[in-house]
Amino acid sequence: MAEKASFKVIEDLPKEDVPKAVSRRNFIKGVITSGVAVSSASYLFRASSLLQGQQLAAGIGERLITLNVNGQQRRVDVMKQETLAWTLRYKLGLTGTKLGCDRAECGSCTVLIEDIPLYSCSVLTHTVRGRKVMTIEGLASADGTLHPVQQGVIDEQGFQCAFCMSGFIMTTVGYLKTNPNPTRQKLAHGVSGNLCRCQDYDKILTALMRGADNTRRSVLG
Amino acid sequence: MDNKRLDNKKVVETTKAAEREYGVGHKLIGKNYETADLYAKVTGSAKYAEDFRADGMLFCKLLLSPMPHARVKHIDAKAALAMPGVKAILTADDLPAPADTLTDNGTVIKASKWGERGLTMEPVYQGEPILAVAAVDELTAAEAIEKIQIDFEPLPFVVDPLDTLRPGGPNPRTDGNVWTRPPATASQGPGTPAITELKWTESDFAELKKGRLPMGKTPDEWTYGDLDSGFKNAALVLDETFITPDTSHQTLETRSAMAYWRNGKVYIYTGTQSTAQTLPAIARWLNIDPEKVVFISEYTGGGFGSKITGGVTMIIPALLAKKTNAPVMMRISREEETFIGRARPGFQGRMKVGFSKEGRITALDMFVVCDNGPYDAVGDSPSSGRIVSLLYQPQAMRWRGVTVLTNTPPRSAQSSPGGLQGIVIIEPIIAKAARRLGLDQVGIRRINCPEGKAELGPAIQGKRQYATSSFLKEALDRGAEQFKWAERVARTPKRIGTTVRGVGVSLSCYVGGTIGFDGLLVIKPDGRITFQSGIGNLGTESVIDVHRVGAEVLGVPWEKCDVTWGNTAKNLPFTCVSGGSQTTHAMTRAAYATAMDAKKKLQEIAAKKLGGKPEQYEVANERVFRKGGGAGMTLAQAAKHAIELGGIYDGHEAADDLHKLTKASVAAFAGQGLVGAAKDNYPRDGNTYSYVASFAEVEVDIETGKYYIVDFLASADVGTVIHPRALGGQVLGRSTLGIGHAIGQKWVFDPRYGEMLSKRFYHSKPPTILDVPVDMQWSALDIPDPETPVGARGVGEPPVGGGCASVLNALSDALGDEIFQRAPVNADTILTSLEAGRPMQHPLMAHI
Ligand code: FES
Ligand code: FES
Repeated sequence: MAEKASFKVIEDLPKEDVPKAVSRRNFIKGVITSGVAVSSASYLFRASSLLQGQQLAAGIGERLITLNVNGQQRRVDVMKQETLAWTLRYKLGLTGTKLGCDRAECGSCTVLIEDIPLYSCSVLTHTVRGRKVMTIEGLASADGTLHPVQQGVIDEQGFQCAFCMSGFIMTTVGYLKTNPNPTRQKLAHGVSGNLCRCQDYDKILTALMRGADNTRRSVLG
Repeated sequence: MDNKRLDNKKVVETTKAAEREYGVGHKLIGKNYETADLYAKVTGSAKYAEDFRADGMLFCKLLLSPMPHARVKHIDAKAALAMPGVKAILTADDLPAPADTLTDNGTVIKASKWGERGLTMEPVYQGEPILAVAAVDELTAAEAIEKIQIDFEPLPFVVDPLDTLRPGGPNPRTDGNVWTRPPATASQGPGTPAITELKWTESDFAELKKGRLPMGKTPDEWTYGDLDSGFKNAALVLDETFITPDTSHQTLETRSAMAYWRNGKVYIYTGTQSTAQTLPAIARWLNIDPEKVVFISEYTGGGFGSKITGGVTMIIPALLAKKTNAPVMMRISREEETFIGRARPGFQGRMKVGFSKEGRITALDMFVVCDNGPYDAVGDSPSSGRIVSLLYQPQAMRWRGVTVLTNTPPRSAQSSPGGLQGIVIIEPIIAKAARRLGLDQVGIRRINCPEGKAELGPAIQGKRQYATSSFLKEALDRGAEQFKWAERVARTPKRIGTTVRGVGVSLSCYVGGTIGFDGLLVIKPDGRITFQSGIGNLGTESVIDVHRVGAEVLGVPWEKCDVTWGNTAKNLPFTCVSGGSQTTHAMTRAAYATAMDAKKKLQEIAAKKLGGKPEQYEVANERVFRKGGGAGMTLAQAAKHAIELGGIYDGHEAADDLHKLTKASVAAFAGQGLVGAAKDNYPRDGNTYSYVASFAEVEVDIETGKYYIVDFLASADVGTVIHPRALGGQVLGRSTLGIGHAIGQKWVFDPRYGEMLSKRFYHSKPPTILDVPVDMQWSALDIPDPETPVGARGVGEPPVGGGCASVLNALSDALGDEIFQRAPVNADTILTSLEAGRPMQHPLMAHI
């Protein structure tokens, strides 16, 4: 398992290829100073296709890679500093993955990478080439049958605004792969990297426990 | 060693109550069901504002003020505008003039000159947006922002309300430092709030040296009863100062927004708590005709009062979209949200309370300083006085309050605005009094508890206001029994090794409903019913739940019902804002009135077609038929007849008393089926409030200061239960929001530079799933409120104060009265105060 969780080192990226559009100095400045720079640095992205070539000529470090998302091979142009959450939401149209903080604090962007729940806002897209990525959109089967954890949420009317929901569901699905029969306490620990601001945690846990129960049954059945 | 470890285990088990049967005698009301929005949520197809895309969409970024108060002398954007990909810049000069408000009864409310407009040339808090740049992508916009040079002239600023009240203290706004409301005049009614200057005297501030809140002049005050004799006759008088925290709403979805213009209309996508009511707000902010606005908000990622009608910043992408003639997406980052996303105002409060030897409150003198932030006056301060007067029924009471401006991010209502603060100030005093007088904690609350049409607030023209009903005493008793209060209190020892246990109880209440809104439904010729919902979809499910009442009245199975929500182009009725826990009350009334209107029309159609009088027909099982059997027709047939008959039956005409928004929506359905539309005209005697009794047990390790909430129960008096699971979610979810105020959430500022330090989740973390017990409990009395047809009251806010105060009271039960004088209570407070034997935090300084 540990093997699987660690990322492949990407060797084929040119080392000196610092994107010209964000100078390293500016990027670092953005991270360490407060106020204006930080607030803009936290959500940066480049939609190069919209630039109609003018910036591409200057080379902003995009390259075409193939991702395996929800069982499909997807070809996509990504920047070196592009996060997986960004690629999923803005390039692959998979908006079920949410951004609550964009900085590894809330878990609303959680997806599975090789069955391990990870914050996609804090994973660089190019590091997951050749790995299986699963998002909330990939859970239900092709005929529309919901995943047992999704069904558990329906059964118990779990969550309120649901902005955190896909993150919680993905974490639970991943957690149950290695801990199929958790107690409430254990599952609470399992999903404690996810934040819900509506905070009806009791019913969330009930719904996810129901999901665990559904999952065990579906495996048996 | 074992006994030293916190085991977070229960010794006493709460009686499980959630499996109680609700909705006895009803088919839909009080029953659980799958809401129509849930499938989209679990599959990730539910679209929140940032999930929408439009062809050629630009992105914008904001430039935020780095200073808490400054004047912008000069903006140099040449280099930014010269960048390839940069499309436009928007400054305060591009904003439309603020529009006056025309109320429904024709009164014009002048736009306030101190109001917030979205962008500014005089930032009054750090993080206030000054300008926005639109570009082909976000990185280009952010780079452009970095290239803009701004010349700021720093101005005096204030982050602690007491600093500006000092003699010679700086003012947060050039015109002053407090909100005052001039006295009402006979000719012009109540005066409009204004910013004026208020300074207290050096002798007022002498109190500060004794660690007590100075009590200088306040613009607002009221009294009832004989305060002096109340204190004279008291067996115990306590005078305490207490600080409540500022807490950001921190909705998980920030206030991102996307907008474009098409055929002269603006289309805005963003989260709101109130779909129908956000439209007029947008029209006012943009100063355009409401008919030129289409507002889409299908899913909202949390509100808690911060998105009652969305946020004014949503006009920024709308105006940039106009300027660039392209759709514009404005994504708001977590840190930006901390600045512009609203927060609960903290209170510096002081209360003197007299108790009889039985614990009855004979006199209560309440004084509060509310940290308003720089903009519009929040209502927390007056509301705190009203809630305290209702919840503890003091025999005599005075309330004084001042709403002070500061150069800190803008506040707005947050679940139980003023209610939480008032409850959190008084509850520790009651807990202390019970200990001093040797009384049981449940007992002392029981004898002060409101009952029936309990009175509140001051006398207005010789008469005090009163509640529609209160059954809080029953909720308290039921809760104490389920929580096994007596057993927990009697249990010994309280301390094992370094672990100490404590139990706490708190009363809690808040406003629970308004009246007078409209409903709209259509029975289609295929026999299905469509309910038009103008309520926002922020997860409480009231957007759908209230229409179960309509289906119940019409005897239609829920599978045959559809609910339309989330888009003002889809013809919605005039609806309350979802704030102040109004919705369940207001909109079940409107739903009931609307279903009764449809029922009357069905009976009339049947009588016209089949003979006899309308009242000889009844409506049930998807039919309208002669009572006692005989001729009848299906709802589908009746809908076809309605279309033939036209007029009021199919929406070609509408009742006079409907709001103009509803009338326009009725007209849009003309000829499509039987249209039911009605205004809630039901009488109501009293004002509607909902109530909760909250119970908590904590376990504290006095060696580390760390503590856990071992058990929690909320017992609610919220009228008829409409949807048990959704209700439970509100009761426990909002209790947990309150608990956050007890266990750690607060703002921290650098006082020297006015710089906010608590900018992200991890600086002021909302409770996580590990901060609450794994099986919190709730129950509801399910006693109908006598003043509303369905009996349902609102629920969002009432649990909040009790969530916080029950935990604080459990802590003082475990540790004594000399540990804290402010919330939240953190491990370091516990450790240092335990060691010193007295509270070791600064008694009054804000934002530490
Ligand atoms: S968005 Fe990734 S952890 Fe919050
Ligand atoms: S349900 Fe709203 S954030 Fe979790």
